[in-house]
Amino acid sequence: MIMESKRKKESPSSPESTQFPDEVLERVLAFLTSHKDRSSVSLVCKDWYNAERWSRTHVFIGNCYSVSPEILARRFPNIRSVTLKGKPRFSDFNLVPQNWGADIHAWLVAFADKYPFLEELRLKRMTVSDESLEYLAANFQNFKVLSLLSCDGFSTDGLAAIATHCKNLTELDIQENGVEDRSGSWLSCFPESFTSLEVLNFASMSAEVNFDALERLVSRCKSLKVLKVNKSISLEQLQKLLTRAPQLVELGTGSFSQELTTRQYAELESAFNNCKNIHTLSGLWEATALYLPVLYPACANLTFLNLSYTALQGGDLAKLLVHCPRLQRLWVLDTVEDKGLEAVGSYCPLLEELRVFPADPFDEEIIHGVTEEGFVAVSFGCRRLHYVLYFCRQMTNAAVATIVQNCPDFTHFRLCIMNPGQPDYLTNEPMDEAFGAVVKTCTKLQRLSVSGLLTDLTFEYIGKYAKNLETLSVAFAGNSGRGMECVLGGCPKLRKLEIRDCPFGDEALLSGLEKYESMRSLWMSACNVTMNGCRQLARKMPRLNVEVMKEDGSDDSQADKVYVYRTVAGPRRDAPPSVLTL
Amino acid sequence: MSVEHDYIGLSAESEVPNSMENSGLNLKATELRLGLPGSESPERESSENNTVVVSVKSFVGSGAKRGFSDAIDAKWVFPGSDPALYSPRTAASNGSKLLAAPNSPLATPVVKEAAAQSPKPVVLQDKKRHGIGSSSKAQVVGWPPIRSFRKNTMSSHSSKNEEDSEAKLGLGCLYVKVSMDGAPYLRKVDLKIYGSYMELSSALEKMFSCFTIGQCGSHNIPSRDGLSESRLMDLLHGSEYVLTYEDKDGDWMLVGDVPWEMFTNSCKRLRIMKSSEAIGLGDKMTDKYVSCVCCLQLQGQWRSAKTVTSLVLVLVLVLVLLLLLLLQMDLRMSMEKRRPQLLPPEC
Repeated sequence: MIMESKRKKESPSSPESTQFPDEVLERVLAFLTSHKDRSSVSLVCKDWYNAERWSRTHVFIGNCYSVSPEILARRFPNIRSVTLKGKPRFSDFNLVPQNWGADIHAWLVAFADKYPFLEELRLKRMTVSDESLEYLAANFQNFKVLSLLSCDGFSTDGLAAIATHCKNLTELDIQENGVEDRSGSWLSCFPESFTSLEVLNFASMSAEVNFDALERLVSRCKSLKVLKVNKSISLEQLQKLLTRAPQLVELGTGSFSQELTTRQYAELESAFNNCKNIHTLSGLWEATALYLPVLYPACANLTFLNLSYTALQGGDLAKLLVHCPRLQRLWVLDTVEDKGLEAVGSYCPLLEELRVFPADPFDEEIIHGVTEEGFVAVSFGCRRLHYVLYFCRQMTNAAVATIVQNCPDFTHFRLCIMNPGQPDYLTNEPMDEAFGAVVKTCTKLQRLSVSGLLTDLTFEYIGKYAKNLETLSVAFAGNSGRGMECVLGGCPKLRKLEIRDCPFGDEALLSGLEKYESMRSLWMSACNVTMNGCRQLARKMPRLNVEVMKEDGSDDSQADKVYVYRTVAGPRRDAPPSVLTL
Repeated sequence: MSVEHDYIGLSAESEVPNSMENSGLNLKATELRLGLPGSESPERESSENNTVVVSVKSFVGSGAKRGFSDAIDAKWVFPGSDPALYSPRTAASNGSKLLAAPNSPLATPVVKEAAAQSPKPVVLQDKKRHGIGSSSKAQVVGWPPIRSFRKNTMSSHSSKNEEDSEAKLGLGCLYVKVSMDGAPYLRKVDLKIYGSYMELSSALEKMFSCFTIGQCGSHNIPSRDGLSESRLMDLLHGSEYVLTYEDKDGDWMLVGDVPWEMFTNSCKRLRIMKSSEAIGLGDKMTDKYVSCVCCLQLQGQWRSAKTVTSLVLVLVLVLVLLLLLLLQMDLRMSMEKRRPQLLPPEC
């Protein structure tokens, strides 16, 4: 690592700190990786602040507009790795206008100047253009890791530039982006001399890649640990890739439903048998019960199984899970139904995370999927469960109470009853008691998403009991602004609050005046907030950016979408016309 | 609403769910039924089952192959025709599960598959729903909160399922034709109701035993009274007949080589073949290989044959043209010879 030359030593503020040379302190602090710990360290005293800033190599910025690249570079001179998050989370659900911002380019230009040895860039919900990717490839010789999650604005041309020029690339992780998939030829751009790749994930891209190029790439990259291919890769091709890379630790298959001869089937099974190190399995597009058995030999050490793109029936899931006793994380579609979840409870006692996605979320007329019974069954079998994301069409207060009694260690409880404002289907009562049980029992709760018919009582419970809550998502809930006031007044660790379609008005918004500076951001859309209220907030809190997104045809006085966040960078200058910064 | 055609080309009309009857439409009276003349269509299931039963003719209506009454009497659920199969969530049945009743074993998978096949069902009139009134049924933007990538992937997946409905793999039944050499007509079996080759072969024995008795007679083997399944078994195992099937590639394969599930997924039709004709089906791989090679050779020969023929034709054409030219030249020459005689007598 090339370190910057030492700056002048400051005069010692206390005798104790002189006994500890800066170099030693920096070396010690170099072991600290958690950015929360580092923030704490930097507050101890000036020496420690300096030692920390010189030794920090990785920076995490949860909101790209909370700080500017210049301020960042001034404070941290030795950064090698940057993680940036851009748009508000509701942009994933089309609630944020297309050209809202969060463009990476200005950052890249600053980094090219201040951090020419930048190695890692991980972006989430940022806009990344092909020009930016080309700029990145051209200006950072040491560049190693590129991870783009839920980003947009680029095409496969940009990826081609990365493949062509980044000679030291170890990780290319392209997940769930709005990529313009012009052609699969970007993969062929990796030169024949390129062998350093360790992580390759192009599972969410659609264009067919040149298989020969992929096979050669996999052959020569002996350190490849993670390979996640896209749907265009067939089972036969997968078998060839597996024989070239039996050392894989994470595998994302392609399409899992080719017609195979007996010989091919046996070869595939044998290939999986040789992969003794796989602990993460995903992909499995269109997998049917027929070919899942080839996976069994590789499932012994499996800790994460992602079946969220496989429409599997409960019985078939059960057959597969019998072979996965060490499973810790499981993502499935609700086609497995309660029967499948019972199998989860039976066969996966070590399970810590469960996500159940809806196969047909918009077909309200079709009644199938999972119910409260499946969730309850899992809670009886998997006592270590602490992360759940559950999409269902019916739920009861009693079921949730049972669930959290079985699993009191929840840190992330995200329940989505898909019909907005739906009560307990047995008692017809609101779901207040369900979430009350959650916050009362699960003292470690960090993240909560609520749904169903909810009154202000839910928010009273949250404000009163959820002392560790950091992220709260609310939709179609509450009777009055009092709900929001309870939360803002009660949750000391709250960082992100996102609200949509709730009857919270200006009074509720303004009740959190002092709170917002200790939070990362607040989102409110389709609530009862007015422009006046927003202006008041902006006036009283100069260190907050208050942005309002207007919708066409709406009342001038209404603030349709409000995004409030703390910042040291001042109001942003790149907002589109539809976004007003007050 | 498009009416799907079943694999024998008939469109099946479904019976209407009970709620529509309740609303007074009484479509039953005007409903098209396709049962054989004289056959009774199956009774509708009781309302709490929430299943839909469809009566479908099981044989092609060309008249050539009238089915047995026992085949028609069999009730089964055939979801491929009508998307509006599912009973609405009624306020009255608060405590009931909203899936199909457990006592109809075929119903649950059928309901699921039809859901995958028909993402836009007809909205039944007197649906009652909990929660927000049906006025806000227009899809709410960004709800449920699912990322665009997943939304797009799953919607393309379900539309693919629609296209694959012809494959019939997802349905609760998998009917294939069964022919037997020498039998006057074919039968149909549902592969899904069997779990193994043993079950299939015993079912086929029962089905075709009557024909082999006749065969026995024609081969001067003393016939027996009544059905004689063991006789057929003996015949089958005594290598007079072999059971073969046509797979998705169109090849005829010996039944029993591959795992049962693989077989059901690739079998298109069955044939009980005389062993004299079945020589060479034993080794699937070599057979496939050999047939491939033969194919290629034949193709090569055909190609060269085609080239030769075309060459010959071209040659013939050229010859003909040459002949014509020669003839023309001859004529001209002869005409020129005569011309001097026509010159004026000055020379």
